[in-house]
Amino acid sequence: MHTYPAWRIWLVAIVLLAALILALPNVFGEGPALQVSRDDRAAFTDQSAGAITGILQSKGIPVDASWIEGDRLVLRFDDLQQQRAAREAIQQAAPREYLIALSQAPRMPGWLRATGLKPMSLGLDLRGGVYFLYEVDVAGAVKQLIASMERDYRTLLRDERIPFTAIQADGADGVRIGLRSGADVERVTAALRKQDPNVNLESDRLGEGGAVTVRLTPDQIKQRQDFAIQQNITTLRNRVDELGVTEPIVARQGVDRITVQLPGVQDPNEALRVLGATATLEFRLVDDQNDAMEAERLGRAPLGARLYRMRSGGPVLLKREVIASGEQLVDASSGFSEGQPAVFVKLDARGASEMLQTTKEHLGRPMAVVFIEKKRVAASEPCSGVRSGNDCTEEEVISVATIRGVFSSNFQITGLLAGEARELALLLRAGSLAAPLYIVEQRTVGPSLGQDNVDRGFRALLIGLAGMFVFLAVYYRWFGVAASAVLLMNMVCLVAVMSLLQATLSLPGIAGIVLTVGMAADANVLIFERIREELRNGMSPHAAISAGFEKAFSAIADSNITTLIAGIVLFTFGTGPVRGFAVTLCLGILTSLFTAILGSRAIIHLVWDRRRRLEALPV
Amino acid sequence: MEFFKKRTNFRFMPLRSRWYAISGVLILVSLALLAIRGLNLGIDFTGGVVLELSFPQAVDLDRVRATLAEAGHGDASVQSFGTARDVLVRLLPKEGADVNQVGQDVLAALRSDEPAVQLRRTEVVGAQIGKELAEQGALAALFAFLLILAYVAFRFQWKLGIGSILAALHDPILVLGFFSATQMTFDLPTLAAILAVVGYSLNDTVVVFDRIRERFVMTRKGTPAETIDLAINDTLSRTLMTSVTTLIAVFSLMIFAGDVLKGFSVALAIGVFVGTYSSIFVASSIALDLKLTARDLMPVQREKGAVDDMP
Repeated sequence: MHTYPAWRIWLVAIVLLAALILALPNVFGEGPALQVSRDDRAAFTDQSAGAITGILQSKGIPVDASWIEGDRLVLRFDDLQQQRAAREAIQQAAPREYLIALSQAPRMPGWLRATGLKPMSLGLDLRGGVYFLYEVDVAGAVKQLIASMERDYRTLLRDERIPFTAIQADGADGVRIGLRSGADVERVTAALRKQDPNVNLESDRLGEGGAVTVRLTPDQIKQRQDFAIQQNITTLRNRVDELGVTEPIVARQGVDRITVQLPGVQDPNEALRVLGATATLEFRLVDDQNDAMEAERLGRAPLGARLYRMRSGGPVLLKREVIASGEQLVDASSGFSEGQPAVFVKLDARGASEMLQTTKEHLGRPMAVVFIEKKRVAASEPCSGVRSGNDCTEEEVISVATIRGVFSSNFQITGLLAGEARELALLLRAGSLAAPLYIVEQRTVGPSLGQDNVDRGFRALLIGLAGMFVFLAVYYRWFGVAASAVLLMNMVCLVAVMSLLQATLSLPGIAGIVLTVGMAADANVLIFERIREELRNGMSPHAAISAGFEKAFSAIADSNITTLIAGIVLFTFGTGPVRGFAVTLCLGILTSLFTAILGSRAIIHLVWDRRRRLEALPV
Repeated sequence: MEFFKKRTNFRFMPLRSRWYAISGVLILVSLALLAIRGLNLGIDFTGGVVLELSFPQAVDLDRVRATLAEAGHGDASVQSFGTARDVLVRLLPKEGADVNQVGQDVLAALRSDEPAVQLRRTEVVGAQIGKELAEQGALAALFAFLLILAYVAFRFQWKLGIGSILAALHDPILVLGFFSATQMTFDLPTLAAILAVVGYSLNDTVVVFDRIRERFVMTRKGTPAETIDLAINDTLSRTLMTSVTTLIAVFSLMIFAGDVLKGFSVALAIGVFVGTYSSIFVASSIALDLKLTARDLMPVQREKGAVDDMP
C-alpha cells in the first residue's frame, strides 16, 4: 500500500462538496417573474406584499413563489401568460402605486434561496437586452458653465449699477466683461471677489474703457467635468429605474464614458429616447401688448420678448424672463385632468415664490408653458428648431392659459398627448442631464437569440465534453474514465466559482469554459503519459504513479501560467465579449490546476494506489 | 490504446532547414496577404452597424440587397447567417450620418418589403470606438507578448526563451494569414482567440522545453541535437493528445455554438494546428541554432532540486 496524506483527500472532498452546493442553484433554471417596487420607494413589508398576493388571489392567478429581495417584491410564475396577466391585474387594481418590471427569477426552491446562494448571472447575449455606451460631452458641460456665468455677471453688474459694453465668452474657459470706463475695473473686481473670493481674474484697460476677464482654473474645469459625469450617471440611473428594468448596470467607464446595460429590454429605441432625452419645461408670461403676427412678418420680436410657435400652429410672443424652469421641479407625475392628459408638477421653494409673485401680479393675464427638447440629429436630418452643429433644440409652446388664481408650488399642465405627458413626467422626475450625451456604441440582443445562444453554447459544451470522455476512455482506458471524472469535477468547481463571484457568463464565456475543459484534459494527459513512460522504464505501478505526478508537475504549472498570463492580459485590456471569455479562461485554469493535481491524485489513490497488490495499471 | 506502442525515435533536428523553409514560406505568404488584401475587419474595429435578421422563410439575398439599395444603402454587405432564414446586414459608418439612425432605416426598409422580419440582434459601433478597440487590442497583444517573454526568460534560459517567443509569434501570423486569405470577418472575439492561441502554443512549447532541460541534465552523452530530438519524442504523444482533446472542444464550438462564435472557433482551430506544429518543429530548432548546450541549462536546473531525487 502506498501512502498519500489523508488531509489532501479530505481537502478535495470538502472543496468538491462546497462546489456542489455553490453550483446547485444553477440546476433549476429560471422562470418568468415580476419585480414589483413601490412608487414611493419604500421597502416591502410582509403586509404590503400580502396586499399584492391578495390581488392575484382574487383574480385566480396562481403565484409559483414570492419573496422580498432588497426593497422589491419578486413574484415568480409558471408561464409567461400568468406573468402578463398578473401584471395587468396589479396595474388595474392599484394604478400608479407600483413600478412593475417583467423579469426572470431563479426557479430554485425556497430553502436554497434562503441560503442566499445565487446562480451565475447571464450576460446580455444570453438573456437578451440592450447595451449602450455613452460619451459625455465634457466640453459641453464647461460651455454650459460659461453660459451661466455670463448670465450671473449680467445680473450682478445690473444690480451693482455698473455700466458694461459686453459680457461674452472668451475662449473656451473664460468670460470677458467689457466696461465703458476704466475706473469701473476695481468695482467689478471687488464685486466678483465678494461673490467668490477665489475667482481667477485678469484685468486690463484700453484707452477710456477697460475689461475684466474671469478665467476658470484647470481644477475648476476638471471639477465641473467630473460633476457633469457624476450627475449624468445619477440621472441615467433614475431614468433606468423609471423604465422598470431589473438588474440594470449604469457605470462610469474611463474618463468620459458611461455604460448602460439593460437586461430584458426589447425595444432599444424607447430606452434610447428616454435615457438620452433632455426635455424640460419653462414657464413664461405671454407678451400681449405686441402683435405676434406682426413680429412674425417682420422676422424679429419686440424688445423684451421672444417669438415662439404654438404646438397647434401660429406664432406667440412670450416675455424674455423665465418664471420657473424644469430644474426647479421637485416632483412630477402624469395623469388626467378633465379628460385631458396632464402633468402634475411641484416646484421647489425658489420656483414656488417666483410663481406666487408672478401669479399675484399678473392675475387674469395669460401664461405659457414652453416644452424644450434637445436632440442629436444627423446632418441630413431636418431640425425644426435651432440647430448648432449636430444639436437640435426644439422649443414649442404647449399651452397658454389665463392665470385664474394665485398659485405657487403645485399645479398642472395640459396640452400634451398621453404618451408625451407620461414621458415628460418621467424625465422631469428623474432630473436633467448636466451635459449632453452621445451614443458611441449600442448592442441589442433579442430574447429569442439569447435563448438560442444559451442552447447552442450548452450543446457545444455537452458534445465537446462527451467527445472528450469517449476519447480519453478509449485512449487511457480506466485512467481515462478517471480523467473524465476530474473534468466533470473541474466543471462543477468552475460553475461554483462563477456563481460565488457572480461573474457574468456570456457566450464567449461558454466558449472559454469549453476551451478550458479541452485544455484541462492536458494536465491529466501530461500525468498519464508520464506514468506510462515510467512503467515502460520498468518502474512498479505505485512508484510510477508517484513519479508521474511529481515529474509532470513543473510542466503543468509552467504551461498553465503562460495561458493564465494571456488570460489576465485579455481581462485587463478587453471589454465586452473579450472580457467574458477571459473570465472563464482564467477561472477555468485555476480550477483545473486544483482538480488536475489534487483531484485526480485523490481519485487515482482511492481507486488504484491504495491497493496492496497492484500488478498493472489500466492506463 | 496508444498511438505509439514503443518509444518513437523521429529525427527532427537534422531536417530543421526544411521546417524553417516551410514556416518561412507560410509566414511570407501570410505577411504578403496581410499587406495586399488585409483583414476583413468587423465593425468592432471599423465602426458601423450590424443587424441580424430572421425571416419567416428562406430568403433571397439579392432581393434583400435590392431593397436596401432602393433605400439608399447599396453599400450594405448582406450574407446569410447560420440558416437560410437568417441574414446578417453590415454597414460601414457614413460621413455625417448618425449610425444609430441607420439601423432603424434598414429595418424599416426591409419591413416594407417583408413585414414579418424579426430583428435578432443589432450592434452599432461609433467609428471612434472602433479605432479605440483596435488600439486596445493591439496593446493587449503587445503586453501579452512582453509578459510571457518575461516569464519564459525568467523560467528558462534565454535561448529557449527566444525559441518559444519566435514560435509563438509564428502562430498568430499564420492565423492572421488564414483570415486574410479567406476574408472571414475579424472581430473582437477572434482577436481574443488569437491571444488564447499564443498562450496555448507557448503551453505546448514550454512542455517540450521542460523536457529538453530534463534530458540535458540526465544524459551527458550525445550531441545537443540528439538530446533535443529525444525530448521531443518523449513529449510527442502528449503534444498530440492535448491537441486532440483541445480540438474536440474547438470543433464542438465551431459546429454547434452558432455563427456568432465562428471566427473565434476557426481562429482557435487553425491556431491549435499551427501551435502544435511550431512547438514540435520550430521552437526547438531555433534554440538549437542559438547553440543551446547542456551547460546553458545547468545553473537553472541546480535551483530546482526536483531532479535530485533521480537515481
